[in-house]
Amino acid sequence: MELIKHLWLVSLSTFRDVLPIVVIIFGFQYLVIRKKVPNLKRVLIGFLYVLIGLAFFLVGLDMALFPLGETMARQLTDPLFIYGSLEAVPEVFAWQDYMWVYLFAFFIGLSTTIAEPALMAVAIKAESISAGTLSAWGLRIAVAIGAAIGISLGTFRIVAGTPLPYFIIAGYIIVVIQTVFAPKFIVPLAYDSGGVTTSTVTVPLVAALGLGLASTIPGRSPLLDGFGLIAFTALFPMMTVMGYAMIAEWKVKRIKKGAST
Amino acid sequence: MKEQLIALLKSMIGCIRDLGPIILVIAFFQAAVLRQAIPNFENILIGIFLVLLGLTLFIHGLKIGLFPVGESMAYAFAKKGSVFWLLIFAFALGFTTTIAEPALIAVADKAAEVAAEGNVISDNLEVRERYAQWLRIDVAFSVGFAIVLGVFRILKGWPIHYFIIAGYILVVILTALAPKEIIGIAYDSGGVTTSTVTVPLVAALGVGLASSIKGRNPMVDGFGLIAFASLMPMIFVMVYGIITPLLFD
Repeated sequence: MELIKHLWLVSLSTFRDVLPIVVIIFGFQYLVIRKKVPNLKRVLIGFLYVLIGLAFFLVGLDMALFPLGETMARQLTDPLFIYGSLEAVPEVFAWQDYMWVYLFAFFIGLSTTIAEPALMAVAIKAESISAGTLSAWGLRIAVAIGAAIGISLGTFRIVAGTPLPYFIIAGYIIVVIQTVFAPKFIVPLAYDSGGVTTSTVTVPLVAALGLGLASTIPGRSPLLDGFGLIAFTALFPMMTVMGYAMIAEWKVKRIKKGAST
Repeated sequence: MKEQLIALLKSMIGCIRDLGPIILVIAFFQAAVLRQAIPNFENILIGIFLVLLGLTLFIHGLKIGLFPVGESMAYAFAKKGSVFWLLIFAFALGFTTTIAEPALIAVADKAAEVAAEGNVISDNLEVRERYAQWLRIDVAFSVGFAIVLGVFRILKGWPIHYFIIAGYILVVILTALAPKEIIGIAYDSGGVTTSTVTVPLVAALGVGLASSIKGRNPMVDGFGLIAFASLMPMIFVMVYGIITPLLFD
């Protein structure tokens, strides 16, 4: 059956991708550290779950999410859809006409980030390390909002045609300013969040969106403009995570003030 | 065995909460905005079920396999006290996981196409393949270096902002100098390199190291490795873009 074949092929390629990690971990454990791996059987089962889980996840994405998402990205950015008919398509595209695209970009950014396994992993770690003061769910929502803003702003940029570096530099300046004022403990985690967001689920859909936009708007190069969306997706979560911590800290200060008066 | 299955079922229900939003967004836009029926509905249902099952198994596997191993290795390295081997381990991890990354292979091939079209390199298959291959090695090296730098930072306890700010300044300078064809690829390469399996492992390693070294705060010092792994490729790819016209004619 097609499905079984697909699952098998993806499992093989996932195994090939995980192999370097396994070789290095067990190689170093036995050759350098020279100690037995604690709970070896449980660890190996865990790796097997990771392998099978990732394979199922990827096949499921290929079957359900990506074809639909990519088709939708193409359809929503089609000038025929936006302007209704071939005659209505203007010479110069106005950025206001692309509202559905920005909205779609926002919500797809929000939802793919919530579904991102790598982010779940980091959030779980952060919650356990902070002994529960940082909630995993709260962190994921903060990152998701950041990614959503980033992607929709990125699609706006492609339509409007503003050069990429201006946005990126402005974004980094805001990040630096926020770093000065944000509570120290959140800063490294916030910086990590950006890199984590752009992973298995988000990247293909965002790339499809960028490609769809860049190839239908005259004057945009799919290769130059389509790429920049990923960079946007990685930039904004840093701001929202630091913002989340700053708001939480401000709330605590207010409660303290209220209690002391 | 039975209680394990019940636990798995519980976390599967949790994953429904994680995947619900995407399904809702796509269903809404398909039905209300594009006004179309969802094609291949049966396939979509099977796919959704597989995604659910896969995610549940993945997270469970992380908790019982990947995280404990990452942490126990961090403790073991800290106890052994050998900085040299730890750094070798860090580099090996970063380099080998990145060089095998399929998304990177795709990006490198695309980059070679762009470079050939922009006349940076001659447009024949052999030159393009060499360009793509060396780009991959360049990116893999940058990630290896990033993890080494990140681990070193944890050991020394240096605050992360100086590194990141310096890194960003470097990115801005390089953006001004690098050929414009490489810039989009450079900015995206950072996002591409941190894969679903490496991220949890690297996080566990960083947090484990910070937890086992006296005077380091796991929350503040444990994170940041991934940030480095996203920043370095940007820098290294732009440098690659600047040097290659000189090497590849």
